Amino acid sequence: MASTAKGIDPIISAAWGKPQSWTLDSYKKRGGYEGLKKALEMQPAAIIDEVKKSNLRGRGGAGFPTGLKWSFVPKDSPKPKYLAVNGDESEPGTFKDRYILEDDPHMMLEGIAIASYALGVHTCYVYLRGEFKFPAERCQAAIDEAYKAGIFGKKLMGKDYELNCYLVRGAGAYICGEETALLESLEGKKGWPRLKPPFPAVVGLFGSPTVVNNVETLASVPHVFTGGSDWYAKLGTDKSGGTRLVCLSGSVNRPGVYEVSMFTTLAELIYDDKYGRGMPAGRKVKAVIPGGSSAPVLGADELDVAMEFEALKVKQTMAGSGGVIVMDDATCMVRSLWRVARFYAEESCGQCTPCREGTPWQTRLLRKIEEGRGEPGDIDMLSNVASSIAPYPPIGLGNTICALGDAAALPTHSFLMRFKDEFEAHIREKRCPFGDKPWGSFGDWS
Amino acid sequence: MAEPLFTPEEQKKFDAGIAEIISHYPSDRKSAGMLPALRLLQEIKGWLPPEGLRLVAKHLEVTPERAYEVASFYVMYHLKKPGKYVVDVCTNLSCSLWGAEKMLAYLEEKLGLKAGEANEKFTLRETECLASCGTAPCLQINEDHHESLTRAKLDAILAKLS
Repeated sequence: MASTAKGIDPIISAAWGKPQSWTLDSYKKRGGYEGLKKALEMQPAAIIDEVKKSNLRGRGGAGFPTGLKWSFVPKDSPKPKYLAVNGDESEPGTFKDRYILEDDPHMMLEGIAIASYALGVHTCYVYLRGEFKFPAERCQAAIDEAYKAGIFGKKLMGKDYELNCYLVRGAGAYICGEETALLESLEGKKGWPRLKPPFPAVVGLFGSPTVVNNVETLASVPHVFTGGSDWYAKLGTDKSGGTRLVCLSGSVNRPGVYEVSMFTTLAELIYDDKYGRGMPAGRKVKAVIPGGSSAPVLGADELDVAMEFEALKVKQTMAGSGGVIVMDDATCMVRSLWRVARFYAEESCGQCTPCREGTPWQTRLLRKIEEGRGEPGDIDMLSNVASSIAPYPPIGLGNTICALGDAAALPTHSFLMRFKDEFEAHIREKRCPFGDKPWGSFGDWS
Repeated sequence: MAEPLFTPEEQKKFDAGIAEIISHYPSDRKSAGMLPALRLLQEIKGWLPPEGLRLVAKHLEVTPERAYEVASFYVMYHLKKPGKYVVDVCTNLSCSLWGAEKMLAYLEEKLGLKAGEANEKFTLRETECLASCGTAPCLQINEDHHESLTRAKLDAILAKLS
């Protein structure tokens, strides 16, 4: 894995691709579990303070400060507390957690141990998406090694503290990446999100206080203790500590997962030789989704923005799950949005009417427009349907229980805002202007 | 007389598996083991036969309706017996930008099935993101993952399926 453009060495991805990087032996030789050792010498409250000072923010999508989230767990609750690891990586464009689970699962397990001790958790469930067969095998092997080595089990690294860790595989429902749906699924139910409040930190799994953290978030935690919170915070911006993994896909010459500084811009990610190595010959960027398919799309003139939560928020989009999808100027934006809309229609849990009814409605309208059957008024209709699911702006204030409604509406709003002329051209010409080659330079499979 | 659900060997595997699953949850929360229990049943039988759902429900102390409700919510559970090989092709945005739609069309032609159809050997499905966007296009065959697929690579994979 390459160094970051701003001269910061990778920390999460440092061992990826190295022989046996997923084993306990390899991890320990690289200083693995030293962070846990340090944390176990501290009081739980001090551990949480250290994570707060590091400015570590959740890497699952929402970017909520991790230490603050941990501090919401009531200390005096008589109920058992739980940690649930969100490894239900299913957002189109996002594929980073898979690499952690496959290449360095102990880094996440060490984070689990530190978090559990700080929170008073004795049982952790690692929830992985059902399709992750190989990552689940690697993760389970690492858990088994951790038990055998006395890291998990009756004594946490020799300390009189029991910690059990169980792996659970989902069964193919994107909605289960939403934290309350994940808890429902962990309880053996269909993944219907819960109303908040109460928040999981107070009423979570089995009605007990529960923290839900993403795989990458927990893999970041050991580094806060090995390097110190000051060091970790200084790697990033004032509000976002550390480095982050971004997933680059679509019309670029070298897609992949790259660990970058929070100061790295989208343009650097796409064009720098260390990362995407630019666009296919003769093509230009038309659009970029910067944070997974739910993040509002940006145009070619908006790439000079840091890959960081606050900077992307200023552009009315989001860093989300780190999934950057690039589209070149031979890509049809109507067809692209249709494909994204279909995903949300397929994955809506059906609990809230605006989402259940609105997501297929968007999909039908987009199909109609793409297939040359669009009529004047369809664009306004599309905009109205999206607004009935979640108005735009602001981000994140939809009419549904969970954020899947927002996720389904935001792409529509942003595509219409930036590429309305393409939608109009489809209706005017009664056909897709890109003909049977709507997927850009790499879309012709051979 | 109806045939028993499990062979003796399958029964042994199911009993050991269900006991292990239940041990991971609080004693009054056995029902939490629903997803892993359904996965176990499907691993053994290849799908979720109704009598299997009833058995899982009994072990987890819930109604069979509850087991069915969960099984029907998630796409990875098969409530009907699928083909020997379930081929899930991702055609989401990143994969389509690398030719997934054309790959699916090729598969449809080669297998003689439309997406969503099945025969004894294959079930062909268009699926959602499989988290291989950087190594698109991709597909899974019975949970085995294949990525960066070219026509030649795909032909070689299919040729190995008996």
